[in-house]
Amino acid sequence: MSSTDSSTVDQAEIAKFEAMAAEWWDLDGKFKPLHMLNPCRLDYITQQIAAEFGRDLATDRPFEGLRLLDIGCGGGLLCEPMVRLGATVVGADAAARNIPVARIHAEQSGLEIDYRHTTAEAMAADGEVFDVVLNMEVIEHVADPAAYLAAVHALMKPGGLHICSTINRNAKSFAMAILGAEYVMRWLPKGTHEWNKFITPDELFALIEGAGLTPVDRKGFQFNPITWSWRISDRDLSVNYVTTSTRPT
Amino acid sequence: MTVDHDILIIGGGLNGPALALALAQSGFAVGVVDALPRDTRSDPEFDGRAYALALASQRLLRNIGIWPAVVNHAQPMLEIKVTDGRAGEGPSPWMMHFDHAELEEGPMGYMLEDRHLRRAFLDAMDAEPRITTYTEEKVVAQSPDLSGVTLALASGQSLRATLAVGCDGRKSGTAERAGITRTGWGYGQTAVVCAVAHEKPHHGIAHQFFMPAGPLAILPVTGNRSSIVWSETDSRAAELAAMDDAAFLDALRPAFGSFLGEISLAGARFTYPLNLTLADSFYADRIALVGDAAHGMHPIAGQGLNAGLRDVAALAEVLSEARQRGEDIGSTAPLARYQAWRRFDTATLATATDTFNRLFSNDNPILRTVRDLGMGMVNAMPGLRRNFIREAAGLTGDLPRLMRG
Repeated sequence: MSSTDSSTVDQAEIAKFEAMAAEWWDLDGKFKPLHMLNPCRLDYITQQIAAEFGRDLATDRPFEGLRLLDIGCGGGLLCEPMVRLGATVVGADAAARNIPVARIHAEQSGLEIDYRHTTAEAMAADGEVFDVVLNMEVIEHVADPAAYLAAVHALMKPGGLHICSTINRNAKSFAMAILGAEYVMRWLPKGTHEWNKFITPDELFALIEGAGLTPVDRKGFQFNPITWSWRISDRDLSVNYVTTSTRPT
Repeated sequence: MTVDHDILIIGGGLNGPALALALAQSGFAVGVVDALPRDTRSDPEFDGRAYALALASQRLLRNIGIWPAVVNHAQPMLEIKVTDGRAGEGPSPWMMHFDHAELEEGPMGYMLEDRHLRRAFLDAMDAEPRITTYTEEKVVAQSPDLSGVTLALASGQSLRATLAVGCDGRKSGTAERAGITRTGWGYGQTAVVCAVAHEKPHHGIAHQFFMPAGPLAILPVTGNRSSIVWSETDSRAAELAAMDDAAFLDALRPAFGSFLGEISLAGARFTYPLNLTLADSFYADRIALVGDAAHGMHPIAGQGLNAGLRDVAALAEVLSEARQRGEDIGSTAPLARYQAWRRFDTATLATATDTFNRLFSNDNPILRTVRDLGMGMVNAMPGLRRNFIREAAGLTGDLPRLMRG
């Protein structure tokens, strides 16, 4: 194959990934539900990190010096903000097609992010460690949550922070996440979620403790259908919720 | 060479500096571009213009540190009297009377002359290390891209930022260059603005007389002086503008009345054609619009600057929150949040002032009866009257943090 041919292929590939990146970052596109949830998720994540590591969010680059891993990084909706706040970020995704997409968007945004096509288990086996592990909307898609959380534990430095969000398992979450998001609103492709894989907050806390981590906080992400926005709730963990745990020193 | 800032503001009038100060104080590096020389903008001669600052606007000025520099020039507005009048007949018996005693927060607002406010803004920007000003500079091109926007200035200088904000008035070049279209219409009315000195004290009372041709507002400024905003038909306003001072005062007296004693002019006269112009979007790629650039409205209730300062407070809050959570401040997500917060509010206000003006600026006997009854009803019902007072003080709706008590 001549060099001209390979560059043509690359150009077509790049154009495809650019289109996919634009799709990932389109507020009204395929990933609209994630974009709607994102400010709320970011508020929770930044506040937990700032509290744990004694950082002031009003300053420039408050997360300078922290090494952060985002598991299931997708197009980089969480990685990019974390880099802007000063963290050194690795974005990992098991879906190979997400990696070049995320890379192109980071480059367009002038941000340096280490995106890798890999899994938590593989990175743990390589001996990588982080101050912060973000584990957002991933665990409900994992075959063996206990083994997965053992790998997360191995990826954390002692004193490190683990933020894990997922969907509760009850009649309301079934109605909201599967009937609502997948079938009625068509926000997510049908079959995105399997309801029996959903985990209740108590089950998740038990799994986290079983992996050797200490749960420190849990909050709900509550959707308001009137204002069409999400907010953090202390009490309502009935559908989307988030937990923070630390690895004991 | 290109100079980098976090945010560039186009327009150094009043909203621009207010936004620059609010943003700089929350940690952003800001550049402010203005076409006029600094001397013109800080001219201490009283030019006759004054603003009715709602209480919420005064709080913003206090929170960004401007208030101490202007407090001695600010006249508290203690009462507002609204009357339906016809020249030569005197006011009708029905009127609305709003008294700050019904408001626990204090006076409904303050009258402040343009020259004092402008000077305070310029001094505060000079003292703020996070603000760089580019005076006598005109933006000739703006080029947004995926990570920011570059502005080319007439001098050849090039500036770059993550976001550029147009505070450049109702003929906003920023909006035009971004391809943002506008909706609006003229009123066939022109406002004649000037300052009047009078014999008797005004006791902090603002008056609004609704005359068939348009409203006349008499607004108390410091000393025995008032600022007047006299809306007339375009042709009558042109006649008034052409008169010498003595003839102008003779024309004003029957409308003004004698309740403040003998009157004389205390500054130059200005005319402003009245029109409503609403930008079809408050943002575009890497661009946001604030104040008249987003919504030029009828100045009937003095709401122009107040609405602009509310934009300032809302945008500063949205951007500061976006920055703290690591979002790209020039991306669509935060700009759409700003628009969702402000556009409905300003469109409602623009329509309300428009309707109000149409209802009052005519001599139709049926409408006159309707509005007289309406004003009488508002005045007779304390709950409704209190709502009007809170609205005038700018205390209704979803208040940005910078405007809370």
